[in-house]
Amino acid sequence: MDILLQQIINGLTTGSVYAVVALGYTMVYGVIQLINFAHGEVVMIGAMVAFAVIAALAGSALPPAVILLAGVLAAVPACMLLGYGLERIAYRPLRHAPRLAPLITAIGMSIILQHLALLIWGRNPIAFPQLIDNPSFAIGGAAISGVQITIILLSMVMMAGLSWFVYRTRFGIAIRATAENVHIAGLMGVNADRVIAATFVIGAALGAMAGVMVGTYYGIAHYTMGFILGLKAFSAAVLGGIGNIPGAMVGGLLLGLVEALGTGYIGEYTDLCRWPGAADGGWMGERCADGAHFVLFGSNYQDVFAFLMLILVLVLRPSGLLGERVSERA
Amino acid sequence: MARALIEALNLQIHYGGIAAVKGISFAVEEGEMVCLIGANGAGKTSTLKALARMIPAHGEIHYGAERIDAVPAHELIRKGVALVPEGRGIFARLTVAENLAMGAYHRNDKAGIAADLERIHALLPRLRERAMQVAGTLSGGEQQMLAIGRALMGRPKLLLLDEPSMGLAPLMVEKVFEVIRAVAAEGMTILLVEQNARLALELCSRGYVMESGAITVADTSAALLADPRVRAAYLGE
Repeated sequence: MDILLQQIINGLTTGSVYAVVALGYTMVYGVIQLINFAHGEVVMIGAMVAFAVIAALAGSALPPAVILLAGVLAAVPACMLLGYGLERIAYRPLRHAPRLAPLITAIGMSIILQHLALLIWGRNPIAFPQLIDNPSFAIGGAAISGVQITIILLSMVMMAGLSWFVYRTRFGIAIRATAENVHIAGLMGVNADRVIAATFVIGAALGAMAGVMVGTYYGIAHYTMGFILGLKAFSAAVLGGIGNIPGAMVGGLLLGLVEALGTGYIGEYTDLCRWPGAADGGWMGERCADGAHFVLFGSNYQDVFAFLMLILVLVLRPSGLLGERVSERA
Repeated sequence: MARALIEALNLQIHYGGIAAVKGISFAVEEGEMVCLIGANGAGKTSTLKALARMIPAHGEIHYGAERIDAVPAHELIRKGVALVPEGRGIFARLTVAENLAMGAYHRNDKAGIAADLERIHALLPRLRERAMQVAGTLSGGEQQMLAIGRALMGRPKLLLLDEPSMGLAPLMVEKVFEVIRAVAAEGMTILLVEQNARLALELCSRGYVMESGAITVADTSAALLADPRVRAAYLGE
């Protein structure tokens, strides 16, 4: 098996999901400079709602594709409503409060949503019923599954759709104008409340889709799944330049790739027995006899890569890869 | 005499405990071009921002037959009030074309918007040449032209101009004022705030002189240009 190609495929899959989730962070940040830490939980609720609907319909006579679609069609509006509610109830009253207040509120909302999910769906992972066969295709010594292809394509379509919306439509231009200067946009007749609510709702809709995709990919949904996923997507948004929409897409894909490749190779490169001279003699020689391994860091260190990237970006290029702002001397 | 298009009565603006504008009253009639001159910090920009509802103020603001001192800022452009803010306030990361499109954001008449864009491109040809350029890369003068063009895209009845000459080279100031003159010639009602008193008075028919938050003199431009106090304080004589 070709590890490089395989990990690139895996990385593109998770990276697409990170990118779609990162868009939710970056859009909200762009408009109100708030890191909506509850966004990961919105993704989780999306997965949970979809799975609940799918599980409920799994025994029915409906064709599997319809059941799957019903799950998505329930999750997306539910999350949009949740995103709107978060903004309206938790963040809007704090719009003019010191920056720290909405940030702490966001962490609070994240905890509340997690425990709400715990109350509703329990602490055990919900397994995704195997409705549709997941065929596997061989390409160049690696395998790509139907789910992976679907996730990558669907994410590309969503990202293209969002780009079209934000760069080509009147309301999209208004969102970018508001992100740049809310007061001046107001002079043009833009209702800031509506734009801000829209960024939450759009981000939540993308998050719901991401939740369904990631749940389908791993086969389970759990009330804590949004936490790490959210942090990684946030790292991706920072990597690309927080507030920058193309940056979130690039950052997500890059983070997925780095994570997959890192996980794929870390065992090999931290295997002391493969280091030159390590197996020549002494106790290391014995330990490594007969092609044995002495792996310092295995693939369970997967989560380290995202946060390592986050730290590196914050140290070396805090504005992110694409986060360089146009000079706005006025 | 035409009726007042905008009228402020006992307008007061406070920043924290400090009074920036201390109960001023003034009016601009339809089709008129009036200026508000005065030194830095006199309260001119605060007054314009209050008229555009960007900052809270006490007192009454009448626009035509309507009181607008409680109307949200984003609804004013629908009523026909456009502000070209101090420092131009263009969207630096948007293209020139997108900036102009934002000016017409509240409008739904596609044909009218296209016609106005054509008109503004004719008035400000540079904006057509630079349509696809990111606005932050324009020169200061071009940015000021863009800010004026963007305001005109909203097809306002009242244009509030805040320091259009600020930070521009003299030659560019000339060009910007030529554009303002052309806009006024089409019958636009304009309230101009300007530190360059001579330039403003030569352009406008009437003027108000503001000093530390109060209007101290109000007269026709010709009278103000001849007033020894004004000449000494603002015309450098």
